[in-house]
Amino acid sequence: MRNDGAVARRETVAIAQKSSLSPFLRRRRVLPGFGLSLAITGLALTVVVLLPLTGLFVKTFSLSGAELWEKVSDARALAAYRLSFGAALGAALVNAVFGLLVAWVLVRYRFPGRALIDALVDLPFALPTAVAGLTLTALYAKNGPLGRVLEPLGVQVAFTALGVAVALTFVGLPFVVRTVQPVLEELDPSLEEAAATLGASRLTTFRRVVFPAIFPALLTGFTLAFARALGEYGSIVFISGNLPGKTEIVPLLIVTRLEQYDYAGATALAVVMLATSFVLLFVVNVLQRKMLVQRA
Amino acid sequence: MRERAATREPVWVRRALIAAALAFLALFLFVPVIAVFASAFAEGPLKWLSAVTDRESLSAITLTLLTALIAVPLNLVFGVAAAWLIAKFRFPGRSVLLTLVDLPFSISPVIAGLMFVMLLGKNGPFGGLLEAHHLQIIFAPPGIVIATVFVTFPFVAREVLPLMQSQGNDQEEAALTLGASGWQTFFKVTLPRVKWALLYGVVLCNARAMGEFGAVSVVSGHIRGLTNTLPLHVEILYNEYQFTGAFAVASLLTFLALVTLGVKKVVEWRAAAT
Repeated sequence: MRNDGAVARRETVAIAQKSSLSPFLRRRRVLPGFGLSLAITGLALTVVVLLPLTGLFVKTFSLSGAELWEKVSDARALAAYRLSFGAALGAALVNAVFGLLVAWVLVRYRFPGRALIDALVDLPFALPTAVAGLTLTALYAKNGPLGRVLEPLGVQVAFTALGVAVALTFVGLPFVVRTVQPVLEELDPSLEEAAATLGASRLTTFRRVVFPAIFPALLTGFTLAFARALGEYGSIVFISGNLPGKTEIVPLLIVTRLEQYDYAGATALAVVMLATSFVLLFVVNVLQRKMLVQRA
Repeated sequence: MRERAATREPVWVRRALIAAALAFLALFLFVPVIAVFASAFAEGPLKWLSAVTDRESLSAITLTLLTALIAVPLNLVFGVAAAWLIAKFRFPGRSVLLTLVDLPFSISPVIAGLMFVMLLGKNGPFGGLLEAHHLQIIFAPPGIVIATVFVTFPFVAREVLPLMQSQGNDQEEAALTLGASGWQTFFKVTLPRVKWALLYGVVLCNARAMGEFGAVSVVSGHIRGLTNTLPLHVEILYNEYQFTGAFAVASLLTFLALVTLGVKKVVEWRAAAT
């Protein structure tokens, strides 16, 4: 049997003796498996992520500038942007307000069923979006249990922009709760005690002490919910009714163009959406780095 | 009345906030889930049973299981490798790698599907090659598997990586010093310490693999009995006004989601206990 331990030890010693190496390079070799894990990760990333992404961008660059501009700025595309961005923004705002409320209630208060509710908050992560779309549509349709109540009030949800926003709120619900919750849990109670000692009311303490501390987390959750809502497709197919120019979101328009063999048009829209998500991803990264600095 | 602490809200404020939070969650979470089961069983358990065991439903269940059976193990191997690489080593390009691992989360499923249609479809760079060998990927089950691998790519790595990182390298280094081989160290030292996070990552990956709609819809071509997964079958039934059938199939997926959440809770308890 090969004595791997002895080999590993000898390697460690040999590497440690190469004093010209920087400390982190020496450290790298202490544990085995660098080459193997790099090979697996690199191969998987190349085949599954990088190659398809590159393909998409190459396809876009094969279009002329004028053609590209026409594809991303025709009237139908503009209407789709308006709905996608508007509904995603509305949903993310609702989630910011109620997500903060839910996080606060779950962290600060004790009431029966709290553990169960805490577990169920993640449901939108686990439930297939097609199921969410199906059940929300049935609930808010004219003859559905909720739609029947709203109909006489003149509020139509299913097959309207409002319905799109409702589905996007469902899809993005866990993000704000799950980013704000840990920060609230870790918040030092002595800060609030100090504020109270100095005569601040509860509301002032929340506004001036608690809120600034959780604001970066809130903003992160908001951005994540917004980004997730922009890309959502499964639930919207059911609830929007898919009327071109009226209740058509961008991902739906991409699919429609693809089904009409308008590959250039589909790709051009996809690149606009991809660029938006990359910007949002960058914003989240900056926010998270800020939060780390703040906590340290 | 007892005086309340200065850092607590008055009782009526507390109750109002709890009520508002519960009302929001009830409207957006509880009612929709209850509605799934209520509608699925609206015409009795026999109708439900016949809807989920109908020939097309069974073929959708088979394809969904097959897809998860391929995608989840692939992502398990990849996720553990990526977590090991990023958590245990410092090297140039590490943060770029981390961003790339997370990338599928920020790409719309529809765009993911589109990417594979462009790459592997008839008109793509590999289209000619695939056609020459009579390999159909797009609008066929292999395309569904590939799209699913893409959308579930980050799940395992995402759950395991932070834990591995926070645990540091000390125990692994000790094991190696005591003469354990690399694989022994991994299976006997590293793996037992991350097993619960790993389990949750796998369960989450599986839930998404079985429930993915957008990406799979784009690459599937909607061929009944051949490229139909459970979520796509829900849409087909809905479009044909077979609402009870659609909800019956949806209830299977909802049950899966609830099991996933249950596993998460167990994992959290286990993690808190150790």
